[in-house]
Amino acid sequence: MTKYLLKRLFAGVLLVLGASAILFFAGELLPGDFASRMLGSQATPEAVEALRQSRGLDQPALTRYLMWLGGLLQGDLGVSLTNGREIGPLIATRLSNTLTLAGLAALVAVPFAVGLGTLAAMYRNTWFDRLVLMLSMVTVATPEFFFAYLAIAFFAVQLHLLPSISIVTSDMSFADKVPLLILPVLTLVVTTSAHMIRLTRASLISVMDSEYAGTAMLKGLPQWKIVLRHLLPNAMSPIAAVVVLNLADLIVGLIIVEAIFAYPGMGQLMVDSVSKQDVTVVQACGLIFAVTYIVLNMIADLLAILLNPRLRYKS
Amino acid sequence: MMLSDARPPRVRRFRLGWLPVSLAAAFCAICLIAALAAPWIAPFDEAEMVGMPWQPPDATFWLGTDQLGRDMLTRIIYGARTSIGLSFAIVTLAFAIGMSLGLFAVTLGGWVDQLISRAVDLFMSLPPLVLALLAISITGTSLVTLTVIAALLAALRVFRLTRSLGLDIASREFVDVARLRGDSTWSIMRHEILPNAAVPLIAEFGLRFVFAFLFVASLSFLGLGVQPPTADWGGMVRENVGAFNYGHMSPLIPAGFIALLAISVNLLGDWFVEKRGKM
Amino acid sequence: MTNNLLRVRDLCIDAPASKGPIRIAQGIDFDLHRGEVLALIGESGAGKSTIGIATLGAGRGGAYIAQGSILLEGEDIMAKGAARLRSIRGLRVAYVAQSAASAFNPAHRLIDQVTETIISRGIMDRPAARSRAIELFRKLGLPSPETFGEKFPHQASGGQLQRAMTAMAICAGPELIVFDEPTTALDVTTQIEVLLSIRQAIRDEGMAAIYISHDLALVAQIADQIMVLRHGQIVETGPTRDIIERPQQDYTRRLIAVQSVALPTRSSQPVMLEISGINASYGRVPVLHNINLSVAKGRTLALVGESGSGKSTLGKVVAGLLPPDSGRVTLVDRPLSSSLSGRSRQDLRDIQLVHQNPDLALNPRRSVGDSIGQAVTMFRGLTNKDCSREVAHLLEQVNLDPALATRLPHALSGGQKQRVCIARALAANPRLIICDEVTSALDPLVAEGVQNLLRQLQEDEGVSYLFITHDFGAVRAMADEVAVMRQGSVIAYGPTGQVLNAPQDPYTQKLISSVPELRVGWLDDIVAARTAPQNARTEKMT
Repeated sequence: MTKYLLKRLFAGVLLVLGASAILFFAGELLPGDFASRMLGSQATPEAVEALRQSRGLDQPALTRYLMWLGGLLQGDLGVSLTNGREIGPLIATRLSNTLTLAGLAALVAVPFAVGLGTLAAMYRNTWFDRLVLMLSMVTVATPEFFFAYLAIAFFAVQLHLLPSISIVTSDMSFADKVPLLILPVLTLVVTTSAHMIRLTRASLISVMDSEYAGTAMLKGLPQWKIVLRHLLPNAMSPIAAVVVLNLADLIVGLIIVEAIFAYPGMGQLMVDSVSKQDVTVVQACGLIFAVTYIVLNMIADLLAILLNPRLRYKS
Repeated sequence: MMLSDARPPRVRRFRLGWLPVSLAAAFCAICLIAALAAPWIAPFDEAEMVGMPWQPPDATFWLGTDQLGRDMLTRIIYGARTSIGLSFAIVTLAFAIGMSLGLFAVTLGGWVDQLISRAVDLFMSLPPLVLALLAISITGTSLVTLTVIAALLAALRVFRLTRSLGLDIASREFVDVARLRGDSTWSIMRHEILPNAAVPLIAEFGLRFVFAFLFVASLSFLGLGVQPPTADWGGMVRENVGAFNYGHMSPLIPAGFIALLAISVNLLGDWFVEKRGKM
Repeated sequence: MTNNLLRVRDLCIDAPASKGPIRIAQGIDFDLHRGEVLALIGESGAGKSTIGIATLGAGRGGAYIAQGSILLEGEDIMAKGAARLRSIRGLRVAYVAQSAASAFNPAHRLIDQVTETIISRGIMDRPAARSRAIELFRKLGLPSPETFGEKFPHQASGGQLQRAMTAMAICAGPELIVFDEPTTALDVTTQIEVLLSIRQAIRDEGMAAIYISHDLALVAQIADQIMVLRHGQIVETGPTRDIIERPQQDYTRRLIAVQSVALPTRSSQPVMLEISGINASYGRVPVLHNINLSVAKGRTLALVGESGSGKSTLGKVVAGLLPPDSGRVTLVDRPLSSSLSGRSRQDLRDIQLVHQNPDLALNPRRSVGDSIGQAVTMFRGLTNKDCSREVAHLLEQVNLDPALATRLPHALSGGQKQRVCIARALAANPRLIICDEVTSALDPLVAEGVQNLLRQLQEDEGVSYLFITHDFGAVRAMADEVAVMRQGSVIAYGPTGQVLNAPQDPYTQKLISSVPELRVGWLDDIVAARTAPQNARTEKMT
């Protein structure tokens, strides 16, 4: 099994490298180079040349890719194309904002979704189960902004309970931030839970339909013992994988939800940078999102293996 | 099959029956007609300013007006044209690319298959929205690039499905029988593999349509998709956000249409799989 | 207290379906005494497993007892609540499933699962329960019984798991055990050992058993009473010897007759297919070692062996689906290319393949007529009217209604589908048909029909068969010659009578002696034969 784990880790490193290469070389497709674009059309050729020299733009693309990678490893994310500021500090506070939002959403969504999925599986084919399935189907097929605006329309516009935009600043205490965070977190919870609910239900049902569940029942064990001893240990591995995979998908929701609520996080920064065609910032944000996504996917795979007794104890 | 106590069932199994599917089909049909016949059935012109901003619904303006005083119903009808047409174009393109690459990989196998599959793995290891944002930051916003980017992203999934379906069906014994009969590769593809892949592929078409539709809506909503004054549902949500400050609910109208159409197509897809998949 | 343990009266079981419940067992009556074994026998869908599980008060897929009663020592097991039902399960009535591999929980060690019932009911403490389990492992002949229980299910073989499952059922000392086809998934040599273990354990513990099987010869060795079931109803029931030797019902007679069909000796014929020096492998794993065989014109060569012996692989090599590493296949006098692409249309036409599972071998989206018609067109160049006429003729040849041509495969029964596959092979007018376990997936009477058809076609068309099977009954019924395969080699080869009646090598002897014979006392004879030399040896030593 160790061999498989190492193989998976190695594949993960390769994917991260591949992703960084895609991000870097996509930037190379832009007409003109960094210096001429940054200084604009009015700049003197000398100024452009000087910037080119100082940032090593006269080197071949592969060298510059390696330099970029080297810089990333030392925490140097480069400078913004539009205003020439260092990207690192620009991202730092926004990253912590985004992590707060994502963390809170995950903290609420995971127990909620797994719990609801479990209940639906236990009461399969009842009206409760159908309702949960129907609602989760509706939320899977609905864009984030629909829920966000529904929530805004109700809580902010009608009831005046919560603010409709969530501009947090670094001098706010956490308690100040909480009311601002409620609606974004709620939106994220609703949109990411649906998949988790459906897949939790499906994995539990496949375990419930297994023959060993029947064996346990014919041993005369009570229902709770069957669930605890015989079903959960086998359902853990797929459910854990599903949960982590959906946390990866949270990233996509995050970008949109931050834009809706004007929440100063990485997602909003990225969307702004895209409209300004500030490619270096887009690359930096994209890389952070991509690495998170790849790492979470890898964790999902590893969890699925580590929690599977068949793979844990090889014959 | 699950074991249970051998007692007569107390509660009847809960079934919704035909109602949701019929409603979904009706809504899809209405949207489709709106998209096809927009210029003839829309009460006003797409960009025509006919009233005050954010007028409430009345006899003239059934759904009220938008932030520039254009008729909301007209915008919704033209928006259906853009949103549905664009999504349809995206998915068709995605299937053309994904399916041909998939069948290509299955038929040739070996290193060609490995090369394509690993490349697809790499692109699929990235969040699709991040890839799209990267691409748009480089090319800028235009309908063509939007379509191509969304189609390429969907083609990744279509490729994977086609390939795995192809490999699965090709390993079945009736394909061996066809090979032993000396059937050509083309004939095997046409008569043995494609008919058996049809149901999952059609279902996937529906699913991809929903995703493409939501994807375009999300990008337009972010201001990175369809550009004004062209009406499109995602963009209309964005344009009307200001209405909330005045207590109007206008953004919920296009957002609701997006949600309803996505749900309806999903429902129809599930129904189709359930009905045809059994055979 | 009477000796009567279980009394079932007018048991009717319904299963939910889309158009209201359907009855899957009807009017079942029987009594079971302590220490007695009742066998339930029948084809798939006869309701035998449904009835077996119902004695534990359970049903599959929502099936439920609609009418009638199951009395355990006079008490209706369904009369009281769920808690009462639970108290019966495991402790008084236990269950052994067909596939132990999927019936054991993959997440727990075997010994923990075996002892779970007695520990969780507080009958024994953990150390006592474990030593009881180890004792049972020993009694059931499991290897190194002290440590066997530490294994996880996926670390044990199918035969071992089936014994462990039996140990699990016996562990709490129940009054009744339901065995649901406990040996069906096993190879024939493993089956007899497991059967012996089960029989010994039942006798030692003095418990009653319901033994569910489709194999009449097998249950004749273990059952006191046999109940023959069909379509959820009792055909007949009685003491084992009466059912086997004096069946009252036509259906039972036919079931018994199936077991004793033998092909008469036929004249020898010139060689049609020659297999010489074949070595083959999957990737780097060698599968076949130096195979030399031949099939005569209009005659049948059977390939027998246990799973993994390489018999189906040899079929693929002959068909051209798996190019061998070395060796060659010669048809009459022309050598066949080892790969499919190197074979001419005539080569493809002369050798046809019929698979084990017609569900996989027929394209589910092609009508029966289209499937056969494609072969007619490809091999004989007939089109349109000529083609459909030929398809109708072929369907008639395999005793099917030509009107079936318009149907899709899913509308046909298993036996009909296999006949369609045979018709499709015949469409080529082949010289050789490779039959790969063609009757294994079919119920005995349906299988017999297909075998009769194959023999008839051989008489009429003079086609040769390479008949791949694991079933010695089928070999006797079909084959002029037989080759026994083990681990990729042929270890016995010759005329069927000779190889089967006087086997020379020890493996073939063991294989053939493991096949249950349809007579009461066969298993006793085997045991006696095994212990006799041992007794002689111990006598000499003393």
